[in-house]
Amino acid sequence: MTNTLALSASEAPSGVGAAVRWAVMRDLRLALRSRAELGVQLLFYVIVVSLFPLASSPERTLLATMGPGVIWVAALLASLLSLPRLFASDFADGTLEQIALSPFPLPALVSGKILAHWLTTGLPIVVLAPLLGLQYGLEPPMLGIVTLALLVGTPILSLLGAIGAALTLGVRGGGSLLALLVLPLYVPVLIFGAGAADAMRAGLPTSPHFSLLVAGLLIALVGAPLATAAAVRIALD
Amino acid sequence: MLEAQDLTARRGAATLFTRVAFRVDAGRALLVTGANGTGKTTLLRILAGLTMPDAGTVRWRGEPIAPFASSLREDVVFIGHAPALKDELTAEENLRALIELTATHPTDAEVSAALTSVALDAQRKLPARVLSQGQRRRIGLARLRLSRRPLWLLDEPATALDAAGLDSLTQMIAQQLAIGGTVIAATHQAFDLPTERTATLALS
Repeated sequence: MTNTLALSASEAPSGVGAAVRWAVMRDLRLALRSRAELGVQLLFYVIVVSLFPLASSPERTLLATMGPGVIWVAALLASLLSLPRLFASDFADGTLEQIALSPFPLPALVSGKILAHWLTTGLPIVVLAPLLGLQYGLEPPMLGIVTLALLVGTPILSLLGAIGAALTLGVRGGGSLLALLVLPLYVPVLIFGAGAADAMRAGLPTSPHFSLLVAGLLIALVGAPLATAAAVRIALD
Repeated sequence: MLEAQDLTARRGAATLFTRVAFRVDAGRALLVTGANGTGKTTLLRILAGLTMPDAGTVRWRGEPIAPFASSLREDVVFIGHAPALKDELTAEENLRALIELTATHPTDAEVSAALTSVALDAQRKLPARVLSQGQRRRIGLARLRLSRRPLWLLDEPATALDAAGLDSLTQMIAQQLAIGGTVIAATHQAFDLPTERTATLALS
C-alpha cells in the first residue's frame, strides 16, 4: 500500500458486464460446491413428471394429451422449490449487504444471480424435458415444441421468481408466502407455454404462443432485475 | 469527510438515539461506544446508506447522501456483524470475491500478502466452514488491507480477535488514518487507536 493511493473513487466501476460476470461466476461456483442440493431439485422434477403416468390410465392418447402440461407444471414446481436459494443465504450471512453496497449497479448484480439460477435449475429442466416426454409417448415434433417453449419460458420463471424471493426475504414462513406470491405470476407462462403444445396437436400455428412467450421474456428481462433490486434494498433496510 | 446532522433512529416503538451530530475529517477516526442495544449498529448502517434515518442527514464530502447513493458506494468499506463469508468457498476465494465486488482487482501476490499479514496463509485453501470465528474475522481484516477505500465503517471489528489480530487491526486503522482515510468503528470494548486522531461518541 503506498501513500499515492488515491483516496477517491479509485477505479470507476466498469459497469454492467463486470457486475453480471461477478455474480454469475460466484453463484455457479457455489452451486458446483453444493451439487447435492441441485440434484435433489432435478430429481424432484423427474419424479413429479414420472408419477402422473403411474396414477392415471396407461392409455396412449391420454398420456400424449396431458404430457406437455404435466412437464410444465413440474417445471414450475421445481423452479419454485429452488427460489429460496437465490437470496436467502446471501441475506443471512451478510453478503447481500455487501452486494447492495458495491459500486456495481445492483440490478446488474441481481441479473447475474438470476442468470446463474437459470443455468443451474432452468437449463437442466429444459435439457431433461425431451427424455421425460418419451414417458408420455410424445412424438419428436411435439418434444421439440415442448422443449423450445420451456427454453423460452423457464428464464421468465427465474426472473419473476426472483422478485418474489427478494420480497419475502426475512419474512417468517417466507417459503409458503413465496409460493402464494409467485405461482399466480407463473400462470400466463404456463398458459402460453403449454398452449403451444395444444395448438400443435390441434394443427394450429404455434407462433402466436411463442410470440407471447418471447414478449413476456423481454418484458421480464427489463423489469424483473429493477423490481428485484428495489425489493432487495427494502429487505436490507 | 463524513458529517452527520441531527440523526434520529427508531426501531419499532423504541427510540434508539435522537439528534446525533458529529463530523469526522479525513485522517480522523470516530469510535462509537455504548452498551448493547443503544443503536451502534443502526448508526453504522445509516452511515453506510443501508438504513434510512428517521430524521437528519448524512453528508459525505459535503454532499448529502441518499440511501445506496453511488457516490458513497464507491468510497466505503462496510464490515458488518455478519462476515459475508460463504462456507463452501475457501478463505482465498471468499476474500477475492468480496474484493472484486468493490470493482478492485488485486494481483495474486497482493492477495497472498494480505492473507499472510493476517496469519491466514496456511488456511487459504481451506473452506470457510472449518475456520474459527477469529479466523473468519481475519478475512475481514485482509479485506480492509486490500480495498483502497477512503471510508471504513467497522461494526465491532475487534470481536473474536486474539491479541495478535487486535494488533494488526489497530495497525491497519493507524495506517488508514495516516494516509488520510476516515474510520468509524462501533465497539463496546476499548482498543488502542492513535488518541490524537480519535474522537469518541458515546450512545446511551
